[in-house]
Amino acid sequence: MSTRSTTPAAGAPLTSGEARTYAAYSKPLWQRVLLTREFAIIAALVAVYAFSYVRVENFDGPLTLYYLFLDVAPILLIALPMTMIIVTGEIDLSVASVVGLSSVLVGILHVDAGLSLPMAALVAMTVGAVAGAVNGFLVAYVGLPSLAVTIGTLALYRGIAVGLLGTEAKTDFPEKWTDLAKQRIVEGQPYPWILLVVAVLAVVFAVLLHFSTFGRGVFEIGLNDEAARFSGVDVARTKLVLFVLAGTISAFAGVYYTLRYGSARGDNATGMELQVIAAVLLGGVSIFGGRGALHGVLAGVLLIGVVTSAMRFNTDLVDKIQIVVGVLLVLSVVSPSFLSWASGLIRGRTGLRSRSTAGTGKRSLP
Amino acid sequence: MSSATRVLSHVVRSRELAVAVVLVALVVVTTLRNDNFLFSPDGWRNLLLNPSMLLILAVGQTAVIITRNVDLSVGSTLGLTAYAVGKLYTTYPDLPVVLVFLAGLVFGGLLGLVNGVLVTFGKVPALVITLGTLYIYRGIFLSWAGSDRITASDMPRDFLALGTKQVLTIPVLTIIALVVLAAVGYYLWTARGGREMYAIGSDPDAAVLYGLQTTKRVLSAFVLSGALAGLAGVCYAARYGSISSGAGRDIELQAVGAAVIGGVAIFGGVGTVWGAAIGAVLLTTINSSLPILGVSDFWQRAVVGALILAAVVLDRVLSARQAKRLAAEREAPTDPPPTASPTRQEVPA
Repeated sequence: MSTRSTTPAAGAPLTSGEARTYAAYSKPLWQRVLLTREFAIIAALVAVYAFSYVRVENFDGPLTLYYLFLDVAPILLIALPMTMIIVTGEIDLSVASVVGLSSVLVGILHVDAGLSLPMAALVAMTVGAVAGAVNGFLVAYVGLPSLAVTIGTLALYRGIAVGLLGTEAKTDFPEKWTDLAKQRIVEGQPYPWILLVVAVLAVVFAVLLHFSTFGRGVFEIGLNDEAARFSGVDVARTKLVLFVLAGTISAFAGVYYTLRYGSARGDNATGMELQVIAAVLLGGVSIFGGRGALHGVLAGVLLIGVVTSAMRFNTDLVDKIQIVVGVLLVLSVVSPSFLSWASGLIRGRTGLRSRSTAGTGKRSLP
Repeated sequence: MSSATRVLSHVVRSRELAVAVVLVALVVVTTLRNDNFLFSPDGWRNLLLNPSMLLILAVGQTAVIITRNVDLSVGSTLGLTAYAVGKLYTTYPDLPVVLVFLAGLVFGGLLGLVNGVLVTFGKVPALVITLGTLYIYRGIFLSWAGSDRITASDMPRDFLALGTKQVLTIPVLTIIALVVLAAVGYYLWTARGGREMYAIGSDPDAAVLYGLQTTKRVLSAFVLSGALAGLAGVCYAARYGSISSGAGRDIELQAVGAAVIGGVAIFGGVGTVWGAAIGAVLLTTINSSLPILGVSDFWQRAVVGALILAAVVLDRVLSARQAKRLAAEREAPTDPPPTASPTRQEVPA
């Protein structure tokens, strides 16, 4: 199955691994690569960036990109495992709560218990992995709906974080570490160190999702978990691994978040789960599972980041950021079914009938 | 089994009763610790008044979840409507209260209609659409309000009095919530439209094949949820008198949580508004009783989370047991047991 195109067209029958289907070869390669959701998002990102650079005052300043990267880094990090989870047709709403919990743990362990910062971070990430494992166990092995489970753990993990620290904030972090979180790779360039971590993890996740047996399994689970099981994919273990990855990386993002703002609070990163999910869906991942690609997701996160930071330069537009993000999200998910409806209308006139592309994959989320 | 005993055994085994028992136990234990919790006039009023808004939201949310959808935008709808009501009063200070409630219902209903149209005609999961409109409605609220906030002085006295007024010691807002609960509960229980919502949630494809008007029903569930969120927004304005741009933030997950605790299955077709309402009361009561029980109220969210998880696990255990019993009754143990879960049972290798 490794030769299967990553952009299966409508109802392409994939009978065997080497099957040359009409749909997969009906267009030249450059069209199949470039005329995709992912490249539409990348094009939008480039267009918005270019527009902002030319037209938005002060956007071309030296600090804009730097702060943009600092701000989107946690979302970029969490979006990586979230993409894989959504591709399997599940969802994890508890990631932001794990960020908060890990932030609180780092604060308590380092400031109060006197652990060294790497040790505290390690403990926090272990707790994050356990938190993810709880989600994964309940979803994969008990078979509960991930939406309900992670709404529960969203409240539970955030509750533990707030319960441990109350409304207090731990701010006593050594400058060595808080500076490191904001350190640039090359002085004078707008690229902070964290971007390197993001890049390495992005490559790892891209290999894992798009170029490994495990990743093929992830897509197959999203398309049909029963068929995946029969073709030898360990469905439950795959899902467990993904949730553990999401927990661990969220905890790492929590450590970064704490150091970047120099403050550990129980309500850190509240609501970030929705930002992450919005970015992943904007990046072309199907909420039904079975479809999506990491380059689209990265572009989706950056697109929201650029739009947000460009609108911040105009005081009249600051309050409209959320409207734009929401409209982008709705448009990006409604447009495929609108387009297929429109193209169905056109083909209907020429006597051809096409099957709707909306709703590929199984439906495991409401 | 006679019908009377059947009804009785149904009630005893029902989820609503189980949650109600937990709620009563919580109230009793808290009252034993501090009898002001129930017997002081303030305690009694707060016990009834605090859950009223979440209860209204949970009722609307239940109708949506039963059709196998979800509405995450209710918090933003609540906030936006509350602000709109405040603005309405600053322009027309002499508006009768009934008209304001009506305006809130209609305004919320329109916002719900947008959700419904996008979900049914866009053929996209409600989770995504309502996540989008959560941002959009909140953004409209933010850009409309800016740093401006509505204060008690912007609204007439008799409207604000509704927020604290009591009839026979029962707060007016609670009565409104109970009327909504009874009406929607009765509709879902007996009316054709209500039963069709259950049918759609149980199996959307079968509902279409059977000839049910799924689009219309799902649309009306979203309109109902939006209208009730609007009503809750009017209640919010009356109760707190001060509306800033944070109004109703994060309440959508509480509403879903209340429904889940009350036995509404997230995959539709199962559950009642009675259960969701008791779940909503339980969630808010935990908030006020934890400090009295000696637990810092910072732990409230953790308790809520644990409750939701417990409810979901319990549902799975019960449905597995029922599936086993049904299989045994059919005297065909080799048949795969039917499962209440919509994800298909994994076949053992």
